[in-house]
Amino acid sequence: MDFGQLLTNVLTEMTGPTAIAYALAAIGLNIHFGLTGLINMGQAGFMLLGAYGFAVSTIAGAPLWLAFLVAIGAAVVFALILGLPTLKLRGDYLAIVTIAAAEIVRMVGRSTALTEITGGSEGLTGNSFKSTFQDASPLPDDRWALGPVTLATNASNSWWLRIVGWTLVLLACLFVWRLVRSPWGRVLRGIREDEDAVRALGKNVYSYKLQALVLGGVFGALGGVVFVLASSVQADSLGRPVTFNTWTILLLGGAATVLGPVLGSLLFWGALVFVRGFLRGAVPADVLSVQQVEQIGWVLVGITLILLIVFRPQGILGDKKELAINAR
Amino acid sequence: MRALACLDRTVAARRAGAGLLLLLLVALTTSLVAAPARAAAAPCTPDSGTACLNITVTSPDTGPAAGVTVTVEGGGGEVSATTDATGRASVPVTEAGDYTVTVDESTLPAGTVLRDPAANAATVPVVLGRSAGRIFQVVPPGAEGGDSGPAPGATDGGTSTSPSGGATQTAPADETGESAEANAGPGTNRYAQLVLSGLVFGVLLALASLGANLIYGTTGLSNFAHGELVTLGGMTAFMAVQWWDLPLWLAIVVATLAGAVVGWLLNQLIFAPLRRRGVGITQQMIVTIGLALAGLSLFLFLYGAQPAPIVSGISARIQLGPVQISGQSLLSVGVAVVVLAAVALTLSRTRLGRATRAVSDNPALAAATGIKVESIISGVWVVSAGLASLGGVLLALYLNSTRFNFGSTLLLLMFAAITLGGLGSPLGAVVGAVVIGLVVELSTIVLPSDMRYASALVILILVLLIRPQGILGRAERIG
Repeated sequence: MDFGQLLTNVLTEMTGPTAIAYALAAIGLNIHFGLTGLINMGQAGFMLLGAYGFAVSTIAGAPLWLAFLVAIGAAVVFALILGLPTLKLRGDYLAIVTIAAAEIVRMVGRSTALTEITGGSEGLTGNSFKSTFQDASPLPDDRWALGPVTLATNASNSWWLRIVGWTLVLLACLFVWRLVRSPWGRVLRGIREDEDAVRALGKNVYSYKLQALVLGGVFGALGGVVFVLASSVQADSLGRPVTFNTWTILLLGGAATVLGPVLGSLLFWGALVFVRGFLRGAVPADVLSVQQVEQIGWVLVGITLILLIVFRPQGILGDKKELAINAR
Repeated sequence: MRALACLDRTVAARRAGAGLLLLLLVALTTSLVAAPARAAAAPCTPDSGTACLNITVTSPDTGPAAGVTVTVEGGGGEVSATTDATGRASVPVTEAGDYTVTVDESTLPAGTVLRDPAANAATVPVVLGRSAGRIFQVVPPGAEGGDSGPAPGATDGGTSTSPSGGATQTAPADETGESAEANAGPGTNRYAQLVLSGLVFGVLLALASLGANLIYGTTGLSNFAHGELVTLGGMTAFMAVQWWDLPLWLAIVVATLAGAVVGWLLNQLIFAPLRRRGVGITQQMIVTIGLALAGLSLFLFLYGAQPAPIVSGISARIQLGPVQISGQSLLSVGVAVVVLAAVALTLSRTRLGRATRAVSDNPALAAATGIKVESIISGVWVVSAGLASLGGVLLALYLNSTRFNFGSTLLLLMFAAITLGGLGSPLGAVVGAVVIGLVVELSTIVLPSDMRYASALVILILVLLIRPQGILGRAERIG
């Protein structure tokens, strides 16, 4: 087995657009769950809406900044639609409604009725909406090598996308870091710990929750945009498993921490690629086919999620006292 | 029910449980051994430098067409490949761009032509690190023409996207699960037929979702792994009939028992320890999500992505006034109604049922009155998983086949049903499920049929807006 190649693959994936997209989505989920205690099971829906918003508006001729605004706007509207009816109810209602709403977005997106706009289940190919983003790159069209990783500068899974993506992640982390220390962030954490106490202090809990839901959803949408800029918009690639992976990432890194989601995403994708690459190299292909190796990877993800929540609910960076997971 | 009755004789139940466990292990081992042989070999894997072009040639009537020559042009070269026994040919390419895929029509199986000859020499965009796909459908001569069915490539899996590192688990599944009843032949009234299919689907859904509602009622847990229990039932019945040649009735019994055993194990090994440690209900919910994720991938690992029909062949249709129903569906509904009635009677009339309702109402008070709360909960897990499995078999009979993601597709409909009926109210789940069944089927009058499950989820959200406690639920539960 070629360990050098394996480690290069791991490194490429850990710094790649998928890890960036999941880090952004997990940062959003951290605002929902880590800071406010909201159980959002539909983060993939926010990502998908962001992706559709970006791609569809670009195809319609919108400039890059407008496409980003449309993606963000779609997430805001979605969060309001979800939050207004459910945030007054108990926590698991929000969970069921968000997961159902994300599935609705996916089913409508892949429906044959909307093939003109969303491309149906085949989706929108990357080349149809990537041009404005790639044209905005100051880099020359080339292939650059940094250490063992060689990538195109601008096309699809590129250095340019990585630079923009990691800048977004950095800005998001700075934002959350300031947020946690602001009065607004303190109210959110108060809501997580004891909603009634915060209400007794005269705060409008409902409105704060709604703001948190919108804000986290916007980060989800940005994650979705990064995700599809590396590939294509395809409804089924942003389905329920994506939400579950994002939860695993958040709980792995540590909810209610600033860097937890980023660390979680790095480790999650690094470990997954490593396990798959290792199994592919170590087990002959006639014992385990390539797809089966992939599925073993996902089984391990599920088991990791269970073990994490049972044995280390605060994750790697988290503080157990900080996070008393309670539905409300 | 049998399992619930066993509660009083715990020792007997343990022994039975051990025996069943053995059975289950045997079942799993058998499928493990058999699985690699069934899984399609993949000669091509997308990574950062290559992409795979997967070309499938298949016939809606006779299945995959083997030995068809396809030519892939583009990227400065031309490659030919021949489809294997699964009708697939996989061509690795190392350059992104548009490729032209041509089927050599002279190599098609005898007596078939391409359904849409105009779509031959199809252009497929390829991105490195991903798989691109194209499906060609072949039909007997005379049935061709692009409009007679879904256009090649527009079907599911036409373009399956799986980024190199495996960004997501793509489930190239026909999630619409067209039921046998919904498009019955001539001699039927369309609306009456849809109402009937809605009722049938609703009753079966009720059976499958009742267990989730019982668990929610007694422990407050929303079990996201319930869908995998439904799949377990369908898959066990599939194995029993197709691999072990058991008669259908025995397969139904085996599947129900397998579900019950798994339910018992889940409670004993995972949830009872978690409750003892005082782990919060939200954490338990996330554990069920982990279980669902692991279970789904495990089913995909064991059985692959292709549909698994429990009974091959189509059963005869029976004409009832303006509607038709297949014998299989009639059997399913019959079993479901009998079991639902038995559960309802047990809950309302027996000591055990009263104890269950007491725990569901107030566990602390129930414990103080001398009810063994833990054994009730254990029993509820057994019954719940058993019902889910049974529901899985019956739904698979109704929908003609089962599949690795069969239950997880239905999970949200089940949640919709129990939320609609009232969380924690068993009778409510039945009412809710029938309403959902009717909505799903009747929505096809105005919506495209691939959006029919979405309509049920819209209903779910509307109910939470207007009456969050559901039709039969109590307002105090929602607070």
